Amino acid sequence: MVVDLATSAVLASEGVAPDGGGCHLGSGCGFPAPNGDIFFFDPYVTLTVLGVDFHINKAVVLMALGSVIIVTFFLVAFRRPKIVPGKTQLVGEVGYLFVRDGIAREVIGEEGDRFVPFLTSMFFFVWVMNFMGVLPFAQFPVMSRVMFPAGLALIVYVLYMYLGMKHQGVWGFFRNAMFPPGLPVFVYVLLAPIELLGVLIVRPFTQAIRLFANMFAGHLLLVTFSVGTWYLLSPSVIGILGSAASFTTVVALTGFEMFIQGLQAFIFTLLTAVYISGSLHAEH
Amino acid sequence: MSLLAEVTGSLGSIGYGLAAIGPGIGIGIIFGQGVQAIARQPEAYGVIRQNMILGFALAEALALIGFVAPFVYGK
Repeated sequence: MVVDLATSAVLASEGVAPDGGGCHLGSGCGFPAPNGDIFFFDPYVTLTVLGVDFHINKAVVLMALGSVIIVTFFLVAFRRPKIVPGKTQLVGEVGYLFVRDGIAREVIGEEGDRFVPFLTSMFFFVWVMNFMGVLPFAQFPVMSRVMFPAGLALIVYVLYMYLGMKHQGVWGFFRNAMFPPGLPVFVYVLLAPIELLGVLIVRPFTQAIRLFANMFAGHLLLVTFSVGTWYLLSPSVIGILGSAASFTTVVALTGFEMFIQGLQAFIFTLLTAVYISGSLHAEH
Repeated sequence: MSLLAEVTGSLGSIGYGLAAIGPGIGIGIIFGQGVQAIARQPEAYGVIRQNMILGFALAEALALIGFVAPFVYGK
């Protein structure tokens, strides 16, 4: 189901409002509250490869579109780098330096420099995918489908497990995580299982869920108030006032969402850097 | 068996409200202390901000799981 404001209100009111003009205050039908269904889209195309169905729906198309945008932008920015950067190169450099100085060097240190390309790609990918949530006509944050952040978290998981086992040894990696030195013995009874669980399961799980749930909640909030604006729009004083208030909230929330999108991309990248840093050298 | 009390309606909303109490307090403490730390030592802004956001992200995850759980397990 492709969701835009009018369609979702109309669809929700199907069979209730006889004129087909949608549900409004006083037209006899209740508020068509949006639910989890707005995150599910019918596939445009279904590709079957080796018996597995790949549903190409709106989220996948937006992801492909966003990837093309990012690749094109950085190709244009850094295809012919100059000593005195042009406008596009300047913007690209600001983004790159933000990740390098604000995340990689701050968290990992000097040896973090070799992870900067990875972290930069991660940051801009997540950010652009999130930004699809407020981009006109797209208006669907790709990261609000849980498998996209889960895939990214899986990449990070494999990366920091590999780095940890390479730099600290297989046993050393788990020993450093489970038994940080300098604690009384009975504390380890509690600490070791918690830390093991943390490294193996909780880290990737929370990293994916955090990004997913933020985008999910934000999108649901925007849709709720958008549908509310449409629903309250009716020829009465309270309807017009309520509709205007709801619309103002949508505008304010859109600004707030843009802030959250950047922040979540930053946090996702920051956590990636923290996990990599913990794998490169034991924390104590 | 007679019912003493019954709750109807959206239990998920109540669950989310309960789930938000702890992280709410936690995030308040994190940013309160963070701002205080920056006020005391403005030159350590970078490190403090980074740790502040890290702590915020960890506390916030609990509230967000509380938000998503009703959608996953609801009905």
